[in-house]
Amino acid sequence: MASEYTDRELMVTAAASEIDDGDVAFVGMRLPLIAFQVAVSTHAPNAMAVYESGVVRDSPADGFIHTMCDLPNLNEAVSTTGMIDIMSRLQRGDVDVGFLGGAEIDRYGNLNTTWVDAGDREIRLPGSGGACDIAAMAGRTVLLMPHEPRRFVEEVNYVTSPGYASDGSARENHPAPGGGPSALVTSKATFGFDDAGELYLRSLHPGEDADEVLEAFPWDVNTAEDVGEGSVTTTAEPTAEELELVRTFDPDGFWT
Amino acid sequence: MATDSEPLAEAVSRIEPGSSIATGLALEHAIPFAAGHELLRQGIDDLTLIGPISDLLFDQLVGGDAVSAVRAAWAGNVSAGTGYRFREAVEDGRIEVEDHSNFSIALSLKAAAMGVPYLPTRSILGSDIFERNDRFLESTDPFTEETVALIPAISPDWTIVHAQRASPQGDAHLWGNTGITDPAVGAADNVLVTAEEIVDPEVITSDPSRVAITREQVTAVAEVPFGAHPSPVAGYYNRDNEYYLEYSQQTKTQEAFDEWAETWVYGVDSREEYRDLVEADLSITEPTVAAEVQYGQ
Repeated sequence: MASEYTDRELMVTAAASEIDDGDVAFVGMRLPLIAFQVAVSTHAPNAMAVYESGVVRDSPADGFIHTMCDLPNLNEAVSTTGMIDIMSRLQRGDVDVGFLGGAEIDRYGNLNTTWVDAGDREIRLPGSGGACDIAAMAGRTVLLMPHEPRRFVEEVNYVTSPGYASDGSARENHPAPGGGPSALVTSKATFGFDDAGELYLRSLHPGEDADEVLEAFPWDVNTAEDVGEGSVTTTAEPTAEELELVRTFDPDGFWT
Repeated sequence: MATDSEPLAEAVSRIEPGSSIATGLALEHAIPFAAGHELLRQGIDDLTLIGPISDLLFDQLVGGDAVSAVRAAWAGNVSAGTGYRFREAVEDGRIEVEDHSNFSIALSLKAAAMGVPYLPTRSILGSDIFERNDRFLESTDPFTEETVALIPAISPDWTIVHAQRASPQGDAHLWGNTGITDPAVGAADNVLVTAEEIVDPEVITSDPSRVAITREQVTAVAEVPFGAHPSPVAGYYNRDNEYYLEYSQQTKTQEAFDEWAETWVYGVDSREEYRDLVEADLSITEPTVAAEVQYGQ
């Protein structure tokens, strides 16, 4: 077990653990770029990554990548095709897991990366990119966000990337065909989503206190016990091997 | 149809103010920054920009007051998040924005490229991208009665693409990921190709499977080495990451942007001169050479 690591290094390894061997993973920007590389180097050697730019990879890039289009990610890829091809696979239901971040999230896993309400004014963010498509159509999605109170809201100001319906029917009454969010990984804890599509505390990162973690939310967040999903566990720390991999893939700590 | 390559300034001068332009189509790869900067130098304004993840080129054109509308899935700075010129212009209501997802903008262009009025998708339903845009319609598939979203076609006046190499007539080889280059070329009334190299037509016809654009689609071709910096071009140069971070630091106000643009856009006459401003070593260190392929008869 590794002795010291950053919050973001743990988020990367926690996200990596959400990729199963053999999965087709839709990999977006930032931490997931590193998470896929860790997963395919450890427990998921048969995972495949697809990127909306058109890249298809089965191996880590041999060099640091700021974006999915950096040359180390294109070099020795399995294929470098186009977006219609990748998004069509997603729409067919061929993508098992996608990764998403957001500025805001609500209790049903809806994400906002477009317009944030800042009290007296609205702040414009860059928008969806492929996030809405992944949220709507991936088999499941894993959400990654810093654990900051301003990011957790009763109802997002703008649904950029749909989560579950707010009427407790999860995806049943929802027009999006994918499976919806399966996990939210923050810098302090990991959350699951219950049968009604509402997020609940699944595991605390080492050293975190449940009351303090849940204080960041404007509603009473359920725990694993509350929803009959066992008990709140402790998130696995990065192993020494995982940590070495994260630091190989992100040597200057740009993302982590 | 292009008949011969021409200087970049001449090629760009064909674009009229008020045009709609699709560009930045390979996402963070091979973004035609040189052509964008030439639009600014020539003062070609009132543009409608169309793209997926636009990265910085849209922000720079907005900062240079050349833009009246943006139809895109994402506009910002991939390394730093925020594109401050875009953000301020949108918040102040100076530009119109039509929000898309990457797939909805791809389908808009694909529909135009296919010559159909719209394409259906299972995406964007249940999002505010769909709810807040009157152009998208919810419909029922007449065959299965499933709910789908209908995405109407978009035909840009111009699509600008940066290619690795092209013949003087405009047949172009692209490699690496292409994002939505293909549908955007098919959808446009005019295509401007900027290329790292203009090569003999025999180079292009030796490898027809790598040809992504053919001459009858192309209006203008210009040889522009280093034409996509700071974005990367497979086989030619890497991404200039520092540039993106410095741009973020140096363009938080309009005054700061104007100063930045004086150095990087208005103060340079040619791409050669521009290249002298770049200090980073972006050269390819581990070239992967594709195995030889044979066509033959």
